[in-house]
Amino acid sequence: MNSFTLADCSTVEAALSQLKDGAIVKAGGVDLLDRMKNGTDTPTRLVNIRNISTLRGIHSTPQGLTIGALTTLAEVADDPTIRTQYTLLADACGHAATPHIRNMATLGGNLLQQLQCWYYRSAEFQCLRKGKELCFAFSGLNQYHAIMDYGGCPSVAPSSGAVALLALDASVELTSAAKGKRIVTIRDFYLQPDANPHRFHVMAADELLTAIHIPKPAPGTRSAYQKYGEKESHDWAIADAGILLEMDSNLCRRAVVAMGAASPVVRRSHEAEAALTGKPITHETARAAGQASMTGAMPLSMNAYKVQLFPVAIYRTILLAAGQMDRDPSAAG
Amino acid sequence: MSDHQPSQKELPEAPSTAPTPAGISRRGFLKGAGITAAGTALLEGVQGFSREAVASTPKGVKEFGPEPFPVTLHINGKEHALQIEPRTTLADALRIQLNMTGTKVSCDRGVCSSCTVLLDRMPVNSCMTLAIDAVGHHVTTIEGISTDEQMHPLQAAFVRHDAMQCGFCTPGMVMSCVSLLEKNPHPTEADVRYAVSGNLCRCGTYPKVFAATLDAASQLARKA
Ligand SMILES: Cc1cc2nc3c(=O)[nH]c(=O)nc-3n(C[C@H](O)[C@H](O)[C@H](O)COP(=O)(O)OP(=O)(O)OC[C@H]3O[C@@H](n4cnc5c(N)ncnc54)[C@H](O)[C@@H]3O)c2cc1C
Ligand code: SF4
Ligand code: FES
Ligand code: FES
Repeated sequence: MNSFTLADCSTVEAALSQLKDGAIVKAGGVDLLDRMKNGTDTPTRLVNIRNISTLRGIHSTPQGLTIGALTTLAEVADDPTIRTQYTLLADACGHAATPHIRNMATLGGNLLQQLQCWYYRSAEFQCLRKGKELCFAFSGLNQYHAIMDYGGCPSVAPSSGAVALLALDASVELTSAAKGKRIVTIRDFYLQPDANPHRFHVMAADELLTAIHIPKPAPGTRSAYQKYGEKESHDWAIADAGILLEMDSNLCRRAVVAMGAASPVVRRSHEAEAALTGKPITHETARAAGQASMTGAMPLSMNAYKVQLFPVAIYRTILLAAGQMDRDPSAAG
Repeated sequence: MSDHQPSQKELPEAPSTAPTPAGISRRGFLKGAGITAAGTALLEGVQGFSREAVASTPKGVKEFGPEPFPVTLHINGKEHALQIEPRTTLADALRIQLNMTGTKVSCDRGVCSSCTVLLDRMPVNSCMTLAIDAVGHHVTTIEGISTDEQMHPLQAAFVRHDAMQCGFCTPGMVMSCVSLLEKNPHPTEADVRYAVSGNLCRCGTYPKVFAATLDAASQLARKA
């Protein structure tokens, strides 16, 4: 790691005053220290927000839930309200990374972690997302890369939390000294790579992500998230499914099928959702939704397996959400 | 050293009582305090970082480095004075500066958990924790769970069950399991599996780690 100055901040205002001259924010530091150890990021100044206690905690509001950006993944996963009413968020945070990382990693940092593409993570490769023209993955090692909506950069959306929050119609609260607070939905937060190769989201350099707001799920909502990996633990998803079902007795009034490891930005499959809407949840409808989710898939040279894995992940997670199947023992934890 | 650097006594003092819920480890505490504004205020009171007392420009900002500066780390119940830079990881502070080499580093990226230590009794990866973030908190390393004369019952169980081969993952494994037994004195095998699901053992000692931990749990239960 390069040497740097650390501005340890105890309030949001103090931190906002430090967001200038290329300083980088550090929350849990899990993603940032990885990038600095790899040499892809060499900031001369870090703004440590980890000790701002007002940015931690989970608060129920009449509208739903507000989660402070510094709340750890472990805290989110263990919260009784989130486990029962926002189940897929507890699932997603509780199965991201490892138990120890979940004790350190914050939900805000999870949403803001950078791409995990191994070319991107290496200081040896200067690709499209680092201001050059080339993508190394199309002709290189792409077994963990995207299978749809990738344009010029098939690195996948790395955040498990974002998959769950997309399905829950959540928003992030962004705060700056100049403009105060603004609210952006998760759907609008992340930017597609083609239009914006050098930007990943709409947050500006002088903004902090201060909170996550989640509307209260409609009555009859059931949800689940499962992640499939190459290993049982330790690793990002190779396929994942965030499922939310609004049920009217046995009919599905509204379905959300969200995915992360399929594309550079977390996405919903409207085709899969249509296969469930207005129907009962059965093995057949769940399977049909899984198949429909792969509409438009264009796998790369080494990742056609994902086109088979996603439908299984989605099928099993729909049934898990509906209470018709147990958590898949072969899913990653 | 430039003049904005804090002297040692300006740095936060660690809480003098037994493990308190400080810093990022609020989970158990939140449960007890209720997730309210009052809970947060209480937390700030016990946090050990009395930031207001520290002169800083501008308000609420304390600047460290890039040159080395003195800190006190509270490790295994003792205070250790040392010089760190902002970039010094807790693992490097322990191993290189304090010569406490029981904590191992293998991936140095948060993947393997061989560098596991307890921060306020909560397992974390010391390779991905900056040493400065450990100031004001209680650090427990593998050196802190035994005495010169006596192994921790879990270590003894590891020996009995032959739960190590090359041994490189073992200190991290033991710390993960110590933390499990503190929180859950009667774990199932599934609980042990979960507790070490971030600990990578290339030698494949997992079955023996599970057996040793369950054995240690029943031994401790008999003693209690
Ligand atoms: C072995 C391993 C496996 C993993 N597996 C998974 C997985 O399965 N699923 C998954 O989702 N993640 C996974 N992760 C990633 C991990 O969850 C993230 O690295 C972590 O959540 C980042 O949080 P942090 O608080 O440490 O962020 P930091 O590293 O502190 O910050 C990340 C980035 O966000 C910025 N930032 C952070 N907080 C704010 C804020 N409030 N306002 C403005 N900017 C901010 C920082 O500047 C930085 O660029 C894995 C990580 C490891 C090491
Ligand atoms: S997939 Fe994206 S991040 Fe990876 S090399 Fe290609 S352009 Fe860069
Ligand atoms: S050495 Fe720290 S997690 Fe591997
Ligand atoms: S005993 Fe060799 S890595 Fe675990």
